[in-house]
Amino acid sequence: MKSRSPLLSLFLVLLLLASACGGTTREDESAQGDEGATAAGESEPAGEESEDTGSEAVANPDAEIPDGLGIAFLPKAVNNPYFTIVSGGASAATGEFAGEYNETGPSDASASSQVSYINTLSQQGSDVILLSANDANAVCPAIEQARSAGAKIVTFDSDTSPECRDLFVNQATTEGIAEVQLQMVVDQVEGGEAQVAILSATPNATNQNTWIAAMEQMIEENDAFSGIEIVTVAYGNDEDEKSFQEAQGLLQSYPDLDAIIAPTTVGISAAARYISGSQYKGQVILTGLGFPEQMREFVKDGTVAQFALWNPEELGYLAAWTGAALASGQITGEEGETFSAGELGEYEIGADGEVLLGPPTVFDEANIDDFDF
Amino acid sequence: VEGLPVAPDTANLDARRRIGWSQLASWDAVVIVVLAATVLIAGVMVEGFATARNLNFLILDVAAIALIAMPMTLVIITGEIDLSVASALGLISSVMGQLWLAGLPLETIIVLCIVLGAVLGAVNGVFVTRFRLPSLAVTIGTLAMYRGLAYVVLGDRAVADFPPSWTRAVTSSLPGIPIPTMLLPLVVLAAVFGLLLHATPMGRSLYAIGANDEAAHFAGVAVARSKFWLFVTTGAMSALAGVYWTFRYASARADNAAGLELSVVAAVLLGGVSIFGGRGTLPGVMAGVLLLGTLLNALRLANVSAEALNIVTGLLLIISVLTPSVIALAQRARSRERKARQ
Repeated sequence: MKSRSPLLSLFLVLLLLASACGGTTREDESAQGDEGATAAGESEPAGEESEDTGSEAVANPDAEIPDGLGIAFLPKAVNNPYFTIVSGGASAATGEFAGEYNETGPSDASASSQVSYINTLSQQGSDVILLSANDANAVCPAIEQARSAGAKIVTFDSDTSPECRDLFVNQATTEGIAEVQLQMVVDQVEGGEAQVAILSATPNATNQNTWIAAMEQMIEENDAFSGIEIVTVAYGNDEDEKSFQEAQGLLQSYPDLDAIIAPTTVGISAAARYISGSQYKGQVILTGLGFPEQMREFVKDGTVAQFALWNPEELGYLAAWTGAALASGQITGEEGETFSAGELGEYEIGADGEVLLGPPTVFDEANIDDFDF
Repeated sequence: VEGLPVAPDTANLDARRRIGWSQLASWDAVVIVVLAATVLIAGVMVEGFATARNLNFLILDVAAIALIAMPMTLVIITGEIDLSVASALGLISSVMGQLWLAGLPLETIIVLCIVLGAVLGAVNGVFVTRFRLPSLAVTIGTLAMYRGLAYVVLGDRAVADFPPSWTRAVTSSLPGIPIPTMLLPLVVLAAVFGLLLHATPMGRSLYAIGANDEAAHFAGVAVARSKFWLFVTTGAMSALAGVYWTFRYASARADNAAGLELSVVAAVLLGGVSIFGGRGTLPGVMAGVLLLGTLLNALRLANVSAEALNIVTGLLLIISVLTPSVIALAQRARSRERKARQ
């Protein structure tokens, strides 16, 4: 034990020295405020970028999309059925404007592994990167490098901090998604009173966290939803087995639970599989965001009455057209500019560089057979 | 041998003695040659590989693995293992974010984090040396525990407002030369660990511990104390890797580096360290780290899918564990033949 004390005291001396010196604190940083943020944008590589946009700052709506435009699709992780469908749409759009399509991505949905792929794409000289970000900030330095190498970054599904990408194709507004999920619960309970548990994706998932926060706010502020009480949020990590177990756990630990909202396609189908084989079938409402293909049997067997989603194929399709419009110079990313997205028609850029796909679709027994994704 | 359930049977020891140091050194040489060949082939075949920018990306990608692989080499040479390193990294990252939110100066936070890392390592060390528990079991336990604590500390948030001057410093290149700044501390630390392992009596005693810790104990080696301090060092280096990771990705999160322990162990074994202890060199491990990083980097540039990359990592791990055993078997068979002929 004796031999340990000199090292310990060394640590303590170091610690004292470091604290005595003062140094960089968060307050120093926030005092600089916006200055700090601009400094980040004005580093060397980004400087080139702003020159570029400076010279072509005027959008030319008639610009041709060049043949062979390289469109790279970078989902949160590969082998996720949702992103496979989005990719299908993006690939179809790329075919329509004769671009070159490349799909890549990490096998785990972590922020750091995505950075390596962004680096790779910028190294390969991609013209457009369609990105669903695993972390709103961790990918930003890599994106900055890719942009300085000439790539246009269009985020879809999960945005980064607005200042680091060019445009964000929003599948639905936060309010739209939150409202449709609460509405589906209210429609199914008597008197609009319900104890609800949420079965989310990972604890860090940008989308799910925003939707959950919006639902909580709506319950407080909107009288139509004031009877809903969110008792807990569980995380299935977007893994089938974990989500299945979490659904099981929720129903066991909250015997008075009226409904589960699963704002993730992996979560809702795993929960549906559990509920359809349990005594809770028909007793507990299950709703959220899901694929018609995965949910069809559970709608038909009465486990699920309603669920919602935007059309992911159209999301990918719109994202690819948005990237092409940017890269060709039809748009520069300014609010109010419009561009054509093939079969989907005209779209307009909204505030904060967002392009909105449209309102979510509610699926039920009546219409589910019209959709095959 | 207490650490791992596999006791080296006498025949194996026999073979090992006969192969001698020349054989063992040659495994490192093989890895270094394979690394050089991989770099050459990738440079010629893969577009975009042989550029300064890509070199920078490559070094940044392997830096955290390299930092943890250095002490891990020493730990595995003594016949133990520490699987909690990536979780310790995540916990450190969370603590770093939380302390930054609390308004502490970054300099203090970094020192605190490294002290905390040493404490996390000491917890492993106490269980392994004081309570004589197998490190495999102990560190699987702390793997889960530290990751859990990471979520307790920071929850599902990400702290991302670290000063750009710091986050940029980590990813920058040396002024005027296209060499990543991170390479400097890596080289210095690798030299320190290399000298410690290969040029000091303490380093040599680690091989003795790994070969047979009871014999080492009776020969006067402070087995428990050495192991304890190795775990402490591993914890502190994981913390350093955590600080690096947080700055590199400009994001303190509880799930940072999840699963990294596998890459670290794979790189160490690929570098020629025996999973049963008693064998391996630091230059070999550094070559292993770079080989793994280079392969993944080049294959990604060549548009090989993520699943295939995982298969490559797994295969390399198996090959690196299998090859020394196959060599030993072949040697044994040959010597038996020779004996039979006599």
